[in-house]
Amino acid sequence: MTSTSGTDVVRTAAALALGDDALILSHRLGEWAGHAPVLEEEVALANIALDLLGQARVLLSLAGDEDELAFLREERAFRNLQLVEQPNGDFAHTIARQLYFSFYQHELYAELAAGDGPFGPLAAKAVKETAYHRDHAEQWTLRLGDGTEESRRRMRTALDALWKFTGEMFAPVDGVEVDWAALEQRWLASLTGVLDRAGLALPEGPRTGAWAAGAGRQGLHTEPFGRMLAEMQHLHRSHPGASW
Amino acid sequence: MTQNWPLWEVFVRSRRGLSHTHAGSLHAPDAEMALRNARDLYTRRGEGISIWVVPSTEITASSPDERDPFFAASADKPYRHPTFYEIPEGVRHL
Repeated sequence: MTSTSGTDVVRTAAALALGDDALILSHRLGEWAGHAPVLEEEVALANIALDLLGQARVLLSLAGDEDELAFLREERAFRNLQLVEQPNGDFAHTIARQLYFSFYQHELYAELAAGDGPFGPLAAKAVKETAYHRDHAEQWTLRLGDGTEESRRRMRTALDALWKFTGEMFAPVDGVEVDWAALEQRWLASLTGVLDRAGLALPEGPRTGAWAAGAGRQGLHTEPFGRMLAEMQHLHRSHPGASW
Repeated sequence: MTQNWPLWEVFVRSRRGLSHTHAGSLHAPDAEMALRNARDLYTRRGEGISIWVVPSTEITASSPDERDPFFAASADKPYRHPTFYEIPEGVRHL
């Protein structure tokens, strides 16, 4: 970045926030490789991870050097939501995280794609990917919620456990020009629709205020994030500048 | 998992005007998920515009033992091949 005007600073911060969401969730989903319950699902999760990685590369390149940003920043410099850094847990936790995030990301990108802001072109391409991510999460939520007693119990536990991280998604990000309150209403409505069909109730705990989580956008992260970052960055830090 | 998911055969149509071609098989709990898995496994590089999935158990196959009565009898009947026509210029996919 050669210019340091106010708009550029705001745009860089916004690109970092959206880019870090995609990068960190991509890495978490990639952790399923070799561990997913079945091969087909492993490929599905890896596909989603690769879509997100592609988005992250574009967004981080808007903010600076993508490799430096991904591999050489300290934990406190990351601006992702705390939701996306949460560990994979069991399969239901991964699906609950996907459900909350992909519904949010899809609504967000659809609105950005319709506007003429700096993220419009990226969002227009990504919105086709997020539509599929959303469908994937929805299909699994229906099957886990309406499956066996065990799958239903696990899905409910996962939805409850991650609920407190969802309020943070709708805290306005400077430079991302969307109607955040309307976005949240649409998110809640579509989420409620899917949970209804899955026979699951919307979790009841707090999403905002003192008992909710969420300061990822300010660089405060949860404990598991440090360990994830160490694994993600260790190769690049051990062999700076290495290439294939 | 106490039991494996059923097996599905996947057919992909790569372009308008062509027919669906067998691409491979996969496991999935139901038809809807089979379609999605097929999308992820067999159409990632723009190979398809349409996918069919069929339960493998629904496929009836000819038996290798009956190969001769089934197929050998047609080998010496060249008049069944349309080799005596001249192909007009400009005809594709023939």
